[in-house]
Amino acid sequence: MAGIELAGIAHRYHGNDAYSVNPLNQHWQDGGAYALLGPSGCGKTTLLNIISGLLSPTGGKVLFDGQDMTGLRTEQRNIAQVFQFPVVYDTLSVAENLAFPLRNRGLEKLEVSARVKEVLTLLGMTGRGQQQASSLNADDKQKISLGRGLVRTDVNAILFDEPLTVIDPHLKWQLRTELKKIHRQFGHTMIYVTHDQTEALTFADQVVVMYEGSVVQIGTPQQLFDKPQHTFVGSFIGSPGMNIIRCGVDGSDAIIEGNRIPLHQSVTATGDGLELGIRPEHIQLSGSEGVSVEVTVVEDVGKHIVVRTRLAEQEIDVIVREGTAIPERVFLKFDAAKLNLYQDSFLLDSDP
Amino acid sequence: MKVHNNRAWLLVLPVLVLVAVSAIIPLMTVVNYSVQDSFGNNEFFWVGTEWFQEILASERFHNALQRTLLFSALILAIEIPLGISIALAMPRKGFGVSICLVLMALPLLIPWNVVGTIWQVFGRVDIGLLGYGLANLGVDYNYTQDTMDAWITLIVMDVWHWTSLVVLLCYSGLVAIPEVYYQAARIDGASRWAIFRYIQLPKMKRVLLIAVLLRFMDSFMIYTEPFVVTGGGPGNATTFLSIDLVQMAVGQFDLGPAAAMSLIYFLIILLLCWIFYTVMTSTTEQDATAAGERRHE
Amino acid sequence: MLELRNVARKVGDEIYVDDISLTLERGELNILLGPTLSGKTSLMRLMAGLDKPDSGEINFDARSVVGIPVQKRNVAMVYQEFINYPTLTVYDNIASPLTVIGQPAKVVERRVHEVADLLQLKELLKRTPATLSGGQQQRVALARALAKRADLVLLDEPLANLDFKLREELRAELPGLFAEMGCVFVYATSEPSEALILGGNTACLHQGSLVEFGATLQTYRQPALLQAACTFSDPPLNTINLQCSDGRFKLAESGASIPLSASARKDGSYTLGIRPHHLTLQAEQDSDIQLKGRVSVTELSGSESFVHFQFNTSAWVALLHGIREFDEAEDVDFYVSQENAMLFDSQNRLVLAHAGAGD
Repeated sequence: MAGIELAGIAHRYHGNDAYSVNPLNQHWQDGGAYALLGPSGCGKTTLLNIISGLLSPTGGKVLFDGQDMTGLRTEQRNIAQVFQFPVVYDTLSVAENLAFPLRNRGLEKLEVSARVKEVLTLLGMTGRGQQQASSLNADDKQKISLGRGLVRTDVNAILFDEPLTVIDPHLKWQLRTELKKIHRQFGHTMIYVTHDQTEALTFADQVVVMYEGSVVQIGTPQQLFDKPQHTFVGSFIGSPGMNIIRCGVDGSDAIIEGNRIPLHQSVTATGDGLELGIRPEHIQLSGSEGVSVEVTVVEDVGKHIVVRTRLAEQEIDVIVREGTAIPERVFLKFDAAKLNLYQDSFLLDSDP
Repeated sequence: MKVHNNRAWLLVLPVLVLVAVSAIIPLMTVVNYSVQDSFGNNEFFWVGTEWFQEILASERFHNALQRTLLFSALILAIEIPLGISIALAMPRKGFGVSICLVLMALPLLIPWNVVGTIWQVFGRVDIGLLGYGLANLGVDYNYTQDTMDAWITLIVMDVWHWTSLVVLLCYSGLVAIPEVYYQAARIDGASRWAIFRYIQLPKMKRVLLIAVLLRFMDSFMIYTEPFVVTGGGPGNATTFLSIDLVQMAVGQFDLGPAAAMSLIYFLIILLLCWIFYTVMTSTTEQDATAAGERRHE
Repeated sequence: MLELRNVARKVGDEIYVDDISLTLERGELNILLGPTLSGKTSLMRLMAGLDKPDSGEINFDARSVVGIPVQKRNVAMVYQEFINYPTLTVYDNIASPLTVIGQPAKVVERRVHEVADLLQLKELLKRTPATLSGGQQQRVALARALAKRADLVLLDEPLANLDFKLREELRAELPGLFAEMGCVFVYATSEPSEALILGGNTACLHQGSLVEFGATLQTYRQPALLQAACTFSDPPLNTINLQCSDGRFKLAESGASIPLSASARKDGSYTLGIRPHHLTLQAEQDSDIQLKGRVSVTELSGSESFVHFQFNTSAWVALLHGIREFDEAEDVDFYVSQENAMLFDSQNRLVLAHAGAGD
């Protein structure tokens, strides 16, 4: 296991002027669980492949525990990687598939079979070691791909590239918690690439949000949820995402379409491009007090209800509990402690 | 409730007629000849399995069969590994791909008899570039007199002519392997050999089966090239079954034995192809049934 | 109206579709919900006429369509992969089903613009699919299906290959589109949350058979069968076996008492099913049922916590509002209200009639 440092890493694909990963400095700690979160095309998979050595960056260095790895081939970096689509060696059995990375590295036979047995138990596939890998369904094949990543005890890091894409929803839950437990138990450095915020937030201690080739914010799931540094992070995380409402500021009040909203702390913000960010979870519906809005759609999604409202031209989403009655005239109450103020899309720090 | 549309049969009719005229009727004629004897004048009489017994017991047939089997075995042993190696060495992208593909396709475009003629001239000691060159280097090479030289010439010629086919088939199998397999193999620390053994070879299996079958059938039935180059000589050294058959049927006009031999020849090819097919698909089949062909969902 | 009567299809020994009867109305969105291999795609292929059923009848507007090839039916299909003609512009892509049947140029133009408006493709009509993002490409595929004005539009997990946020966007738009077209819509998905957002009707499929069909929310709230409740739950439904004797419910395993107020009290075995978001940390009413769990792992996602715990020997999960973290192996009491405790009898049928919920 190792800490991973990216020093000035940048990447441009051949024949492209624009960077797909902008110059970037990062230090990821030994034994941490990290998630790279972002929409497709944001450079997260490129970055992952640079760390594993499948791609050599156009600039910068990759260091594992201070050792320069940039010139080393994938095989020499001693990392494990699980891909979006399952890869199994068709002619080998399940057990032989799991043993493959160990045999390639010349491990003792006894040790190999002991490790394979352990991983089979971990995957809940005990007793299926002799099955032909090609006869498995997609879910099980992906489990084997995962298993090949977990079978080596000495890896520097385990990288995941959207590993649950092809997995059925029910199994997704099971595998994700399994990964979390494995991380607790063995303390591997893990990096998990995904576009699914639930996967990222539940898996990682630290989430790295990427957008158009740059890291926009790194933080704990809680920080990303409560204090998004950029409106992109606010709307990308959460379902529905954070409401971003154009506003003005007057003293310690924000002004939205003529309504005064008291802010937690007074901010000295002037000028244009001011926006108020508030999560749908932090707004309450009321029949009498607050900002008067017009309800456009009510979506009952089972575990809660999403109420989509409109204030002048601006849309505001609210999440309320299952079974809540929607009043005839709707007013919104904002939780002052959860309000964030943005200028030109960046968070204005009220309490440094 | 089932709806049958009988008009569908009408659509199959032309093909049926074509196959009947071109394959079934001639085949039945051969079967007919093989159990009769004739003394010209279209007089035929029944001899039963006499021709078959005679041919199966004849030394001439055994020798020709052995030569043909040896030839096919050598061809497969050389062309299949060579074809795979060349396919592996070919570039996967860039402008090199089209150049390689055109180069590979060139020999395949030349007709059989022309190939024979080219090599017949090429190998001649008096005017051929190869024969003359070898003679000048002090190598004693003469395919019209030396059995070994004749065999080498025929094999080199066939390899030159047909290895490309194996290459193209293997190459099509190779480029169909998704990049992620190679990436995973690198992560797993697989050696070049391991990648070949566990990824490339299994994924090429289907096209390799086709390559082996095609090359076997073709080499087992080879006629034109040895006929043009060596004419079956020196002596009977390169008289393969096909050449022997034509000599018997056309040269000696022994229609009955020739027909019987054709049928035996045909059955041998059928049997060997079936064996190849069964052996090579035995493992694939296991996979297919187990994985279930439930591709759509 | 599309009507399936006892439709079945087998390939070899494997049953793809097992005796399904289903009636789908025009102008409504019908969702086929189930995991991979539950028969969603197989059923759609039968509806489209790509495959022929081994037995059963398929009627469209009271006319049998079995045996009519797909080209002769007015059917449109959208797949998981974004399938467009790569060399044609977005305009020509959308127009293709219309030009094929020889519609006059004016009609084609009007209809293309209509659907392009609807799907926000106006600006992109001159571009080729390769220059579009995944979400836009799938919009083009959808537009092509809608421009055709087919009687039957089949969508096979159309959003599965899209980014989470894009999915959210399209999901929000789709119900509006369906309402405007007078055709039969069938939408296959493996995600319960998608079905809930889309609304309409949902058919729960399991191993090739139809478990339940009804209005989406109704099916979710009051599934008649345990299998439907399991299929229609994300995170997975928590279940445990109960035994009823002398009118008292007990855990089948440990014998611990579960004070259910259900009025059905016939002796026998039952299954208790509780949706993860119905579990709370505090009792809200005196009648709430207490469940003692041992935490195995907690997952936090901004505003919610997924607490995985052992309830006896079953692995359960609770979805709690707010951030709640627990230590591994911590003992935690969870509560569920009587109304939210779903009870299924030994035939896996929902036993309704809680004391409080009214018969």
